[in-house]
Amino acid sequence: MFAYIMRRLAVAIPTLLLLIVFSFVLMHMAPGGPFTQERALPPQVIANLNAKYGLDQPLWRQIASYLWGIVANFDFGPSFVYPDRTVNQLIAAGFPVTLTYGTLSFIAAVVVGVGLGVVAAIWHNGFLDYLAVGISIGAQVLPNFVMAPILVLVFTLWYRMLPGGGWSFEDPSYWIMPVIALGTSYMASIARITRSSMLEVLGSNHIRTARAKGMPEHRVILRHALKPALLPVISYLGPVFVSMITGSVVIDVYFSTGGIGKAFVDSALNRDYAVMMGVTILVGALTILFNLVVDILYAWIDPKIRY
Amino acid sequence: MMKLFTTTALLAALAMPALAVQPAEGEKLAQNQTYTYWLLDAIKSLDPAKNTDVEGSDVLRSLFEGLMNEDAKGAMIPGVAESFEESDDKLTYTFRLRDAKWSNGDPVTAGDFVYAWRRVVDPETASEYAWFMELMNIVNATEIVKGEKSPEELGVKAIDDKTLEVTLTTPTPYFIKTLSHATTYPVPQKVIEAEGDNWTQPGKLVGNGAFVLESHNLGVDITLKKNPDYWDAENVLMETVKGVTVNDNNVALTRYQAGELDRVQIPAGQYPRLKQEYPDQATSIPYACSYAYIYNVSEKGPEALKDVRVRRALSLAINRDIIVDNVLQGGQRPATTWTHWAIEGFEQPETELATLSQQEKTAKAKELLAEAGYGPDNPLNLTLQYNTDESHKKLAIAVQQFWKPLGVNVTLNNVEWKVHTDRLQNQDFDVARYAWCGDYNEASTFLDWFRTDGYNSGKWSNAEYDKLMADSKTAEDTTPLYKRAEEILAEEVPAAFVYHYAKVDMISPRIKGLPTENVLNTWYAKDLYRLAD
Repeated sequence: MFAYIMRRLAVAIPTLLLLIVFSFVLMHMAPGGPFTQERALPPQVIANLNAKYGLDQPLWRQIASYLWGIVANFDFGPSFVYPDRTVNQLIAAGFPVTLTYGTLSFIAAVVVGVGLGVVAAIWHNGFLDYLAVGISIGAQVLPNFVMAPILVLVFTLWYRMLPGGGWSFEDPSYWIMPVIALGTSYMASIARITRSSMLEVLGSNHIRTARAKGMPEHRVILRHALKPALLPVISYLGPVFVSMITGSVVIDVYFSTGGIGKAFVDSALNRDYAVMMGVTILVGALTILFNLVVDILYAWIDPKIRY
Repeated sequence: MMKLFTTTALLAALAMPALAVQPAEGEKLAQNQTYTYWLLDAIKSLDPAKNTDVEGSDVLRSLFEGLMNEDAKGAMIPGVAESFEESDDKLTYTFRLRDAKWSNGDPVTAGDFVYAWRRVVDPETASEYAWFMELMNIVNATEIVKGEKSPEELGVKAIDDKTLEVTLTTPTPYFIKTLSHATTYPVPQKVIEAEGDNWTQPGKLVGNGAFVLESHNLGVDITLKKNPDYWDAENVLMETVKGVTVNDNNVALTRYQAGELDRVQIPAGQYPRLKQEYPDQATSIPYACSYAYIYNVSEKGPEALKDVRVRRALSLAINRDIIVDNVLQGGQRPATTWTHWAIEGFEQPETELATLSQQEKTAKAKELLAEAGYGPDNPLNLTLQYNTDESHKKLAIAVQQFWKPLGVNVTLNNVEWKVHTDRLQNQDFDVARYAWCGDYNEASTFLDWFRTDGYNSGKWSNAEYDKLMADSKTAEDTTPLYKRAEEILAEEVPAAFVYHYAKVDMISPRIKGLPTENVLNTWYAKDLYRLAD
């Protein structure tokens, strides 16, 4: 197992490196640059800016010095669009926000989703099944960019219960709407996957055997059915967790959380190369990490899997 | 004449103490003097040399103070400068500074301005607004930006702590009007040298404005508190100013209605409804930006657009009333000139766009296009490029429809913002959407755009026009020159001017002191106050 983890981590480094080089080149291929704007800047001003940020160097040199900055000083460079800040500062400000609402949202989605899925499978074709399926279909078809403004309308304007946006680490009332808006559709997917996988497991031989032995139903479900039924859910959850904690541009835009999701999209649109690279590396590293976590969880849940 | 009047008004203003906006009699002030306003996006920089945004300037105006300020109508009034003298050759300005303090207690000196201005042009700083010092025509600004001279050679000098002397390369009628711009604000040398790029963070930032920086959460909110050390603090009523970022305009409106914001832009198309429902809150005031479709007349542009008849026809065929009344619906005005109608001292010429009815214009357009050899039988194919945005799209579709009956097949080309600007600057388009906002309240801020060496993305060029604009820099009375320049634009049609902007906002009736007649919409938090509920 340990050797396996080490091997995976060793592969992660060239993967990240490829990701960096690939994104760097793609980014620079897009027309325009960080200083292209409506009011065309005089060539000497552009030249000064390019010199300051090293953009006048050949591309391979830029990549090399960028990589060296990361390896030597963990320095992801300055932002071109927010000249008062470095990429490290921007990520340090935005990522904790996204991590907070993303994690909470993930937990809520898993708990509710798995719960709904299990309930629906146990009472298959009964009222509770239809209710659970109804809820999850409803949640799935309502996109978060529709739900977000509705939440603000209801909880901020009509009931005056929650602030309409912004962020505070001290005041959880700011967290509620982002968590709901982000988690709902994931919750629905988790419920559907859990339900179908649970149904399959419930029809399998070892469950029939367990029941035939006279095992109490709750033990059959919790001990023998749920664990194998969760395997497909877990393989779905790995990438979902990463995408939730690295933010959603929709949530960041509608609730103005200052999170990393919007920063990522903005950096691409603004050609803020360094910020875009920084967030790409963050997302890439987390994706690699959580794929590994999922594989380890697999082995733990299903003893048949060996690495 | 207008010029003379402005100058007199200015001197008169300088003779008086600066007037702060004060509550009228009978107005009861709120206990909590807080103003919360909407920001579409994050404030990118709080460094006056690096800021490039209108929203950034709005904050900097409270944190710092330049030589001059603007009053509610946009006229220049004294800021840090108590008075100034202009030399007879109009090339040297000498400013006398008042006793003002930085928020750390240090006195504001002429040397602070010298440091700040040199910093803007210094290639080391790489200021995106270095061109502003070139626009001000300060001696050696261009050479320093190019790296040919050292920043110490900039034409700005501290005679003593309270006297600042600025020398210009050429007489610049609008020079004084540039002095309320954030790029010209003084900055604290000691703090910048100690903190580097981090000097604009809360707790570190030292300013000389009426407010100090309390907190700044990038992309979330920014809070300013009244500065008790400001020289005119006794006349500042507002205690707290808060800018709240809401990236979605409709959500922002909901939050305004929930009482979270005191001012918010009205989303496109909602002004008529809101005006009816909230007549005391929905406002539309002229705003110095112009919207146009630029024709590419350069080598790389389509042959057809080199024919002035085609350019005229396309412009005439645009029904600006429909665009303004049915599409935008926010109190914008149809544009017959490039210069915004509300710019000080600007007179609109009587052009065919201004005088003919739309029916006559359309008929004329067909005629002109037929003369040029195009019509339904021999259609003209053009691409109309615009950057991704709902309202640009609506307008482009409308224009496509206006041009269709003339026998013009328009392909709409929607591109991302950076691609759009990149293509504009490289003449890689046929017809492209464009908008320009004035930097100061004078027609040259618009008209310079079409100079041969101006931004001029379509590469139109006209010798008489260039001469007029050059002459206007030294002319006593610029109004006839600008009027003639607009006449040339109307004859030569380098672009189809579409509409003049209005700022369409919901403003809480409790907030007083926001300017409604300043076409640049320059507002000062120090002039605001809040009425009791």
